[in-house]
Amino acid sequence: MNEDSRPVSPAMRVAVPLVLGIVVLGVWEFLVWWLEVPKFVLPPPSAIVKSLANDYPSLLVSLWITLRITLMAFFIALATGVLLAVLSVQSRLVEISIFPYAVMLQVTPVVAIAPLILIWVGVEHIDRALLILATIVAFFPILSNTTLGMKSVDHNLRDLFQLYGASRWQRLRMLQLPAAQPYLLGGMKISGGLALIGAVVAEFVAGSGTGSGLAWRIVESANRLNIPRMFAALLMLSVLGIVIFLLLAGLETLLLGRWHESAVRRER
Amino acid sequence: MDGVDPNQVVNADAPALIRISGVGKRYSGGTHALQGIDLTVAQGEFLSLLGPSGCGKSTLLRLIAGLGEPSEGTIDWPRASYDAGGKPERSIGFVFQEPTLMPWATVFENVYLPLRLDGARRQTVAAQVEDAIEGVGLAGFAKAYPRQLSGGMRMRVSIARALVKRPKVLLMDEPFAALDEITRMRLNDDLLRLWAGRGWTVLFVTHSVYESVYLSSRIAVMGARPGHMRELITVDAPYPRDEPFRLSASYNEYCRITSASLRGAMGGVGHQP
Ligand SMILES: Nc1ncnc2c1ncn2[C@@H]1O[C@H](COP(=O)(O)OP(=O)(O)O)[C@@H](O)[C@H]1O
Ligand SMILES: [Mg+2]
Repeated sequence: MNEDSRPVSPAMRVAVPLVLGIVVLGVWEFLVWWLEVPKFVLPPPSAIVKSLANDYPSLLVSLWITLRITLMAFFIALATGVLLAVLSVQSRLVEISIFPYAVMLQVTPVVAIAPLILIWVGVEHIDRALLILATIVAFFPILSNTTLGMKSVDHNLRDLFQLYGASRWQRLRMLQLPAAQPYLLGGMKISGGLALIGAVVAEFVAGSGTGSGLAWRIVESANRLNIPRMFAALLMLSVLGIVIFLLLAGLETLLLGRWHESAVRRER
Repeated sequence: MDGVDPNQVVNADAPALIRISGVGKRYSGGTHALQGIDLTVAQGEFLSLLGPSGCGKSTLLRLIAGLGEPSEGTIDWPRASYDAGGKPERSIGFVFQEPTLMPWATVFENVYLPLRLDGARRQTVAAQVEDAIEGVGLAGFAKAYPRQLSGGMRMRVSIARALVKRPKVLLMDEPFAALDEITRMRLNDDLLRLWAGRGWTVLFVTHSVYESVYLSSRIAVMGARPGHMRELITVDAPYPRDEPFRLSASYNEYCRITSASLRGAMGGVGHQP
């Protein structure tokens, strides 16, 4: 629940940020023109749009490469995170053996592991290195949130399942996993963004593989002082991030909308 | 505690359903929750456990349900068959103080749960589930989610779930304590109506003297530190009971007796039950 409970219509939800964006862009365009800022320091929005229009075929290819790594990393993180969470809730032994290493992976900056991973997979498989690094970054929120969710099952409900002689499998499927759903979805929203960040950071550090992703386009544009193109690539990255977030938020509403306090809109 | 006959039953012909003898419970934390509990629950009775909070009522109920083992003594089910592991086939329905529903599941799914855990297919038992929902006055709410229901309605769902397998014993742990007076009275009446003439047995935990007298054929008054049996009071008033009973002299008299007993259980300190 938000403290400020003034009603916000869906139209306003779109219109208000849009207006703000247009105002900022207008001021930006005007200031760049009025102060005569050189293009390689700060290009006006119009130059960015022009660059986007000219370079979009190559930028789209890069977008696709980054998107692919992001999605693959996200789904691998999702699968392994949920699997390990399920295992560690089943067995205390698994839990205490896994968690220290999971935390270690989480707190070690991905930039620092990158060279090591690169050596292990070999420089001819940079794609794999990128995927591994992005997965490492995206994995932890899924694991920790799902574990927490499965453990926060109501005690009486757990007793009820015991009373009716539920098997481990029934308890997992009908009680622990549904109870963990809101936590998992929260973890997925964080993890989706992290997968993208991981994919980009990894490309900065490890370089690009067979094709170049958006991160490499940014490096390349910077080297050539093609700043409008750099902004165009940046724009694509943030739009991609927003789309991922919106899709996951939509999934959350779809799955929790009918029952969970966070997603239910309350009438007054 | 002179005059307490643990095996005294309402109806001498009614066979013993649960025989609790010498049961004590010490939690690993060191709490001595129960000591020397002797109690025989007769088939078909409505027995209330009444006592101040912390006297081990919930603990006793959970032990009866098989959620945890007594530290000493035994709980026998003389009429039940025992499975290969030596566990009695208890045939129990349990209602907690909170409705304890799965928030992600509809009313139907919640009531269906005990059958589902037995492996019964949805189609085969749909009518049975609908019956249970109707039985607690919630016809038409099968597709609703718990959060759309009032507290009283949620408690009704919880009762429907406890009854859907047609258990022999219904264990209820202060089921209506969190509800307002009016809802509680209505649920009391509905509970008596459901119980009437079905042959099942109710074990009802409460800390309300009035509720226990209104509902029960027998009241077991418990004392604390450690939890023990104080007195068994037989409420010798005919069923069905309804508003006239609540206003009758005998109801008042039973309330007075029970109150006094409860006050004794609390060590004589002035206390309004
Ligand atoms: N799971 C538990 N672990 C440790 N102590 C408990 C547990 N459950 C209850 N107790 C303790 O046992 C005593 C009796 O509790 P309870 O059976 O809940 O009493 P009542 O239901 O009559 O209020 C209390 O002192 C309580 O703190
Ligand atoms: Mg209790």
